[in-house]
Amino acid sequence: MTTVTLTRGGDFPAPFWNRVWSVLLWSLVWLFVLNVAAVVASVAVDSFGTRWFGTWLPEGFTTKWYFSAWDEFQLDDVLIVTIKVVASVVLVSVGLGVPAAYALARREFAGKRTILLLLVLPVLVPTITYGVPLATLLYRVNLGGTLAGVICANLVPTVPFVVLVMTPFIEQIDQRLESAARVCGAGTWGVFRYVLVPLLAPGIMAASLLVLVRSIGMFELTFLTAGPDSQTLVVSLYAAAFSAGIRANQSLDALAVVYMVSSLFWLIIALRFVNPVQLVARVKD
Amino acid sequence: MSSLAAPGGGIAGSKPGWRASLGWDGTTLLILPAVCFVLAFFVFPCLYGLVLSFMPLKGGVFDNYIRFFSESRFYSTIWKTLLIALPATLANVFLALPIAFALRKTSRYQRIVTAILVVPITLGTVLVAQGLLGYLGPNGWFMRLLMTLHVIDAPFRLTHNYTGVLLSLIITGFPFSFLLTLSYVTGIDPMLAKAAATLGASPWTQFKQIYLPLLAPGLAMGFCLAFVQSFAVFPSAVLLGEPAGTTRVMALAVYQLAYEDYNAPMAAAGAMVMGAVQLIVVSCVLGLRGLFYRGPVGGTKG
Repeated sequence: MTTVTLTRGGDFPAPFWNRVWSVLLWSLVWLFVLNVAAVVASVAVDSFGTRWFGTWLPEGFTTKWYFSAWDEFQLDDVLIVTIKVVASVVLVSVGLGVPAAYALARREFAGKRTILLLLVLPVLVPTITYGVPLATLLYRVNLGGTLAGVICANLVPTVPFVVLVMTPFIEQIDQRLESAARVCGAGTWGVFRYVLVPLLAPGIMAASLLVLVRSIGMFELTFLTAGPDSQTLVVSLYAAAFSAGIRANQSLDALAVVYMVSSLFWLIIALRFVNPVQLVARVKD
Repeated sequence: MSSLAAPGGGIAGSKPGWRASLGWDGTTLLILPAVCFVLAFFVFPCLYGLVLSFMPLKGGVFDNYIRFFSESRFYSTIWKTLLIALPATLANVFLALPIAFALRKTSRYQRIVTAILVVPITLGTVLVAQGLLGYLGPNGWFMRLLMTLHVIDAPFRLTHNYTGVLLSLIITGFPFSFLLTLSYVTGIDPMLAKAAATLGASPWTQFKQIYLPLLAPGLAMGFCLAFVQSFAVFPSAVLLGEPAGTTRVMALAVYQLAYEDYNAPMAAAGAMVMGAVQLIVVSCVLGLRGLFYRGPVGGTKG
């Protein structure tokens, strides 16, 4: 931007301090990015290394840790459980959240503020606060440790999340389009099928991808409710890291890389469809 | 259902009843499944936990809370958690603000930098913990680099202590804070800043006089959402910190009560204290934002 060098007393003289500021800021950004990259790289390099101690790089490279990690952590079972959990969470939270968001965006009614508060609370209360009693309850009704229990627990933050993301999105769709379809003789199903679904598709896509990335990484709730047969990838990663020393560090790192790749894959797809700037627009009360 | 009716009105032509007078019609009923779900799986467990916390395994009604606030291994977790979560959240919000401000104009550059900065969201606390243990450890690249540059003579400890946990919370929390702040910054009408620029305001003045007051509510909300995230995290406190010492966070104490001591009522009491501390912090922050300007921010974005 071309700045006009009109400065009032007390302001920075624009050009010089602007340049200092932007150099400082971008070095900070680069420092952050480089360090995070190095953190990720040290896991990735170690997972391919044979023996690494006191040198810059491992002595040799191998892929054997991936095969041993696959057997050791029963990754095929874990991955199937993860896919089941994540897919159900995405489908159910969109199925419950989008209709609710539609009602909130289109109607004013008594009790709307209470309902909004009810939907914001699960986002503002720490997961452990409701997770521990919820897990106790689930174990009481024999859902604890099952796939269904894990899915229910994971839905608690995602349903309100979908509502909060979708409400502003639906608000910006012109209501007159629906009215016009009615005038042209469309029934409720017709309006839904030919007007709403195509218009809502990008928003639903964005919301479900976000829920997907979120629930792959959702650790606390799954950890509290999962049993031996319902562990997701992130929980078995924690279990492995917690008992570090029993297994080779490299196979743990291999597991971490599998986790990161499966999560990163979906984020990249998400970023192709949605402009990140518009992801979380207007999370107001 | 006709959507021609004005908001607040019922279905056109339907007979007026108590539901219509409240503004409830067929469309508003769509909200019920989600509300029922939240009631069943969020509100009910919270109430259950609250009731359970007053039914200790032995002793009187308030014994769990008395125990929590009299034994130092429990009450000390409150300030230990705050001491980790507050600096991490503040660092994230104040790191995200200038970067988001610098990226406020839509460009190709903005999309690329945003994408790069958002990627750590996929890493997750466990992977970051594992990575930091390797990278900052005594044989890691970071120490080797500092020793090669002769900044230090011997490696010093950055992991298995408070610093490690703080760093991991900053890395995992930053993308979220950044995204939120960026979406608030880009939601402000750029014409306001342009108007100020024609009057001779430097970028710093524009930021101070226009963006900051308008951003205050968004920043407060962003702070709260980021705080929740770092408040409840315990994998990094266990893997990267001293789970028996300086980084024994509330979440960990509650978890141990429930799954190692099998004392569900005491764990519920801890969970309730945790929720209360969180809500106190959130209401303080949201109360502070009331001191700032409240009003329209410019409706350039849907």
